[in-house]
Amino acid sequence: MDLLTPELGLFFWTLIAFLAVFFILRKFAWGPILNTLGEREKGIADSIASAEKVRDEMTKLKSDNEKTMAEAREARTLMLKEAKELKDKIVNEAKEAAKVEANKIIIEAQQQIQQQKMAAMTEVKNEIGKLAVEVAEKILRKQLSENEGRDAYAKLLAENIKLN
Amino acid sequence: MNCKRVVFFLIIVLGLSGSGLLARAQSGTPSGEGMNSTPAAGTPENGEGGEKKGINITEIVFGHVADSHEWHLFSISHEAEGQGETAIALPLPVLVYEPGVGFDAFMSNNFEEWKKAPDGTKISNSYEGYHLEMKMKEKLVADNGAAVYDLSITKNVLSMLIGVFLLLWAMSKVAKAYKATGSTKAPSGFQNFIEVVVVFIRDEVALPNLGKKSVKYMPLLLTVFFFIWINNLLGLLPGGANFTGNIAVTACLALVTFIVMMAGSTKHFWSHLLNPPDVPVLVKALLVLIEIMSLLIKPVALMIRLFANMLAGHIVILSVICMIFIFGMLNRFVGWGFVPVSLAFSVFMFMLELLVAAIQAFVFTNLTAVFIGQSIEEGHGDAHAHDAKHAH
Repeated sequence: MDLLTPELGLFFWTLIAFLAVFFILRKFAWGPILNTLGEREKGIADSIASAEKVRDEMTKLKSDNEKTMAEAREARTLMLKEAKELKDKIVNEAKEAAKVEANKIIIEAQQQIQQQKMAAMTEVKNEIGKLAVEVAEKILRKQLSENEGRDAYAKLLAENIKLN
Repeated sequence: MNCKRVVFFLIIVLGLSGSGLLARAQSGTPSGEGMNSTPAAGTPENGEGGEKKGINITEIVFGHVADSHEWHLFSISHEAEGQGETAIALPLPVLVYEPGVGFDAFMSNNFEEWKKAPDGTKISNSYEGYHLEMKMKEKLVADNGAAVYDLSITKNVLSMLIGVFLLLWAMSKVAKAYKATGSTKAPSGFQNFIEVVVVFIRDEVALPNLGKKSVKYMPLLLTVFFFIWINNLLGLLPGGANFTGNIAVTACLALVTFIVMMAGSTKHFWSHLLNPPDVPVLVKALLVLIEIMSLLIKPVALMIRLFANMLAGHIVILSVICMIFIFGMLNRFVGWGFVPVSLAFSVFMFMLELLVAAIQAFVFTNLTAVFIGQSIEEGHGDAHAHDAKHAH
């Protein structure tokens, strides 16, 4: 059929025009367009990847922070506990020391009191003895001054010596 | 689909021939005079002698879908003065090369007198030793019958050049926009539209069929797609040329595809084609024959598919419009009455053709990618398939 026979002229011009369009567009249009598209896609992919990375880092940082916080809290609790223990110990020791000291003082005081008492007693005894001797001397002096008394007494003394 | 289209096309052609005959038989009756001045009223026709005018639908339709040495816009009827019609047409340069004589160039409006030979062929006057003959198609013939190479800038060539310049202009603008905005900014406007198409071709056509090598073939696929698409669309404009519905054009595009296929073909491809593995000798001979045939049929299928689709679309739209005039010949009121129906039909067809313009461009591009993909296959995939089979 007439319609199915290709015309040479049209074929020729189409070939030339198509090839020209192909080479021109490849150099000036498709190249830049495809490159830019590729770059943009790469850029987007990179951005997403880096965002992901940052997010991961953030998560890590956050967990690190939490861990540090927890550790700090634990350390604080431990320190408080230690401090309290130390305080109790010191207080107890102080109490203990005070008690010992007090006891010592009390004992010393008692000893001193006892000593003083003894000394006082001795003095009182001496004084009483002296007084009794003086009284006896006076009585004797008076009795001896009388005859009867003097003889009786001499007898008594003599008896005592005999007995000895 | 292709086969269906061709059958459809044949039916239309036969139907149109029939209606043409019908119109001729009715040429005795008074025709719708007012309508001959519309653009659809066909190729220039001399009012010869006492012959009364009817509408030759075949001539009108094929006058529109076939290539021409001038760009015919419309004709003005002078029937009232008994002088036939004046064709308003854009004259185009005729370039002709005759071996032994050399190049010759002149404008197509030098062929102005047409007369009809007894067999129905219309013949123009002779100019510088050449004249035009027209049956279904216009053909430049030397007066002395010598072989000539007609390299004229015909209607189709001019339409293609317009399309090419539009394409170059649009794409250079888009490329400039890309250079201006760089890769960090979002595209906007027309650039965005082109980007969608480019990304579609890359992700849906090139990557699935060509894989890693798609980068190399992307410019070709994009050029093929946009070249076909813009010319399809230009062909739909009123008065536009039926460029992509011309077999020379589709043959040229298919040839380019075939050359690219052959240029990129791998050893693996040829060894599978000429020496298919695990096949008995007799079957092998048959298989190789079939494979070679299928290799050659691939570009032919590409050629026929685009050609038949676009041609059929144009013919259907023209036929629907021509129906107005066929009915107008029966009775003027029937003709006017049929206008809304016909317009509704043709608007529907235009919508369909807009879709078909894009679809056919896509199909051509996709099949180009598929065929190239087959011929550049490296055989890694096959090796794996074989391994898998042995493993089972």
